[in-house]
Amino acid sequence: MLTLIAAVIKRDLKLAMRRQADMVSAIFFFIIVVSLFPLGIGPEADLLRKLAPGVLWVAALLATMLSLPRLFADDHRDGTLEQLALAPHPLGLVVTGKVIAHWLVSGLPLALIAPVLGLQFDLSTEALLAVTLSILIGTPALSGIGAIGAALTLGLRGGGVLISLLVLPLYIPVLIFGAGAVDATVTGLGGEGHLSLLAALTFASIGFAPWAAAAALKIALE
Amino acid sequence: MIHWASFSDFLAMGGYGLYVWGSFGVTAFVMAIEPITIRRNRSATIIRLQRQLRAETRNAAQ
Amino acid sequence: MTDRFNLYRFSSPATFYPLAGAMIPYFVAVSALFGIAGLWLGMLVAPTDFQQGEGYRIIFIHVPASWMSMFIYLVMAFWAAIGLAFNTRLSGMMAQALAPTGALMAFLSLWTGALWGKPMWGAWWVWDARLTSELILLFLYIGYMALTAAIDDVRRADKAGGLLLLVGVVNIPIIYFSVKWWNTLHQGSSVNLAKSSMATTMLWGMLLMAMCFWMYSIAMALMRVRTIMLERERHTDWVKKLIAGDEK
Repeated sequence: MLTLIAAVIKRDLKLAMRRQADMVSAIFFFIIVVSLFPLGIGPEADLLRKLAPGVLWVAALLATMLSLPRLFADDHRDGTLEQLALAPHPLGLVVTGKVIAHWLVSGLPLALIAPVLGLQFDLSTEALLAVTLSILIGTPALSGIGAIGAALTLGLRGGGVLISLLVLPLYIPVLIFGAGAVDATVTGLGGEGHLSLLAALTFASIGFAPWAAAAALKIALE
Repeated sequence: MIHWASFSDFLAMGGYGLYVWGSFGVTAFVMAIEPITIRRNRSATIIRLQRQLRAETRNAAQ
Repeated sequence: MTDRFNLYRFSSPATFYPLAGAMIPYFVAVSALFGIAGLWLGMLVAPTDFQQGEGYRIIFIHVPASWMSMFIYLVMAFWAAIGLAFNTRLSGMMAQALAPTGALMAFLSLWTGALWGKPMWGAWWVWDARLTSELILLFLYIGYMALTAAIDDVRRADKAGGLLLLVGVVNIPIIYFSVKWWNTLHQGSSVNLAKSSMATTMLWGMLLMAMCFWMYSIAMALMRVRTIMLERERHTDWVKKLIAGDEK
């Protein structure tokens, strides 16, 4: 089981490395969106500090969404997906591997860059740590839930916009607990409660979402 | 039995007239429009299907 | 065995189509009766609320619309589960027929909530946990309708939509909980709709209006499902016979 997941992760990472431009542009999208906010709002440090958690998290949601349409599309186009669906091992495990690989190339870089961007918003060291931790813990849930949306819209016209319609409402709990963790740290309440709820969301979505996405893939491939 | 002293009292809704009638008005509008659009949709569908059917039978006859 | 047989018979579009057509006038009539009774009780008889004045009368449509918007989503998810489990054709059509009415109910709930909030809270929109959840519910309806509209193959549309509904239904409690948590942390307004003790006439008025909305929704869904049936079954004999006889 684990070897299968590991094999899928290795394969997807190799494919992603061949197309680094995609990964890099999603990261730059994140950077640009976050940097636009101070320009739109004004440079007052107090205001920016207050807005930072929400801005960073909303930008993270949008940046994760960018790469979702390609999660299954390439494998679908060259027929790999159909073979994987017909193979004897459960499709849910394959999707689990793909979700983890997606997180490694989309969520993880965001978590590493977010503290640097947090400096633009004059965040304290604890707040920067909370930003990194919350994005690190929360983004796997985004990849998991996003996989369902990507599978449901596989091969449809205007799939990219459709995914955001389907997936963004489901991202709301992650947004609330993720941004809330940073907010609670800034206000001195402590973000542990938020972070553990975020971890629960991540575990639940990594556990269940790939199977729902696998079911959606089977529907799309019928 | 009836709570209101006069019709203008009823319309004024104790000063909340705009809000109350704004709510009821839009609800009534939506509930009137919805069946009309469904029915219009239905007759459009029937006409389209009839046209298709006629074209099919014409093709079959030829 | 006969029960099973009958169930299958009614779930076949050829039998359900005329049955639905015959039932619609009754649901419309019952809805109108409940509506008249509810409006009479709620708008003419019920006393003034001592806290909210006459403005509280908005809840006679706000609460039923909110209830229906949630209930219809549950019913759609129920049909989706049946459709995915037993592969019945009717369930996907019912879910699709219900969706626009559910979305309209969610819209009405938000609209009347805003009109209630302006005089009571002093703002058209307050990020109250219930209003926010209702807004997210509207987004879920829109997502479902967009997905089913984007898929040309009806079988795939039914199944994909059904799966989305089930995912949505699992997520609704999580979303509601998170919004509530967020709301209490940010000290949102704590005034609740319809929390003040209600006179019996008010309660009855609200229940009658809820019945009116319920019957209305059933009538609309049945009307819509008939069109969907014609569209999907256009190559079958019963539809051909039906539209050929309907020549006007």
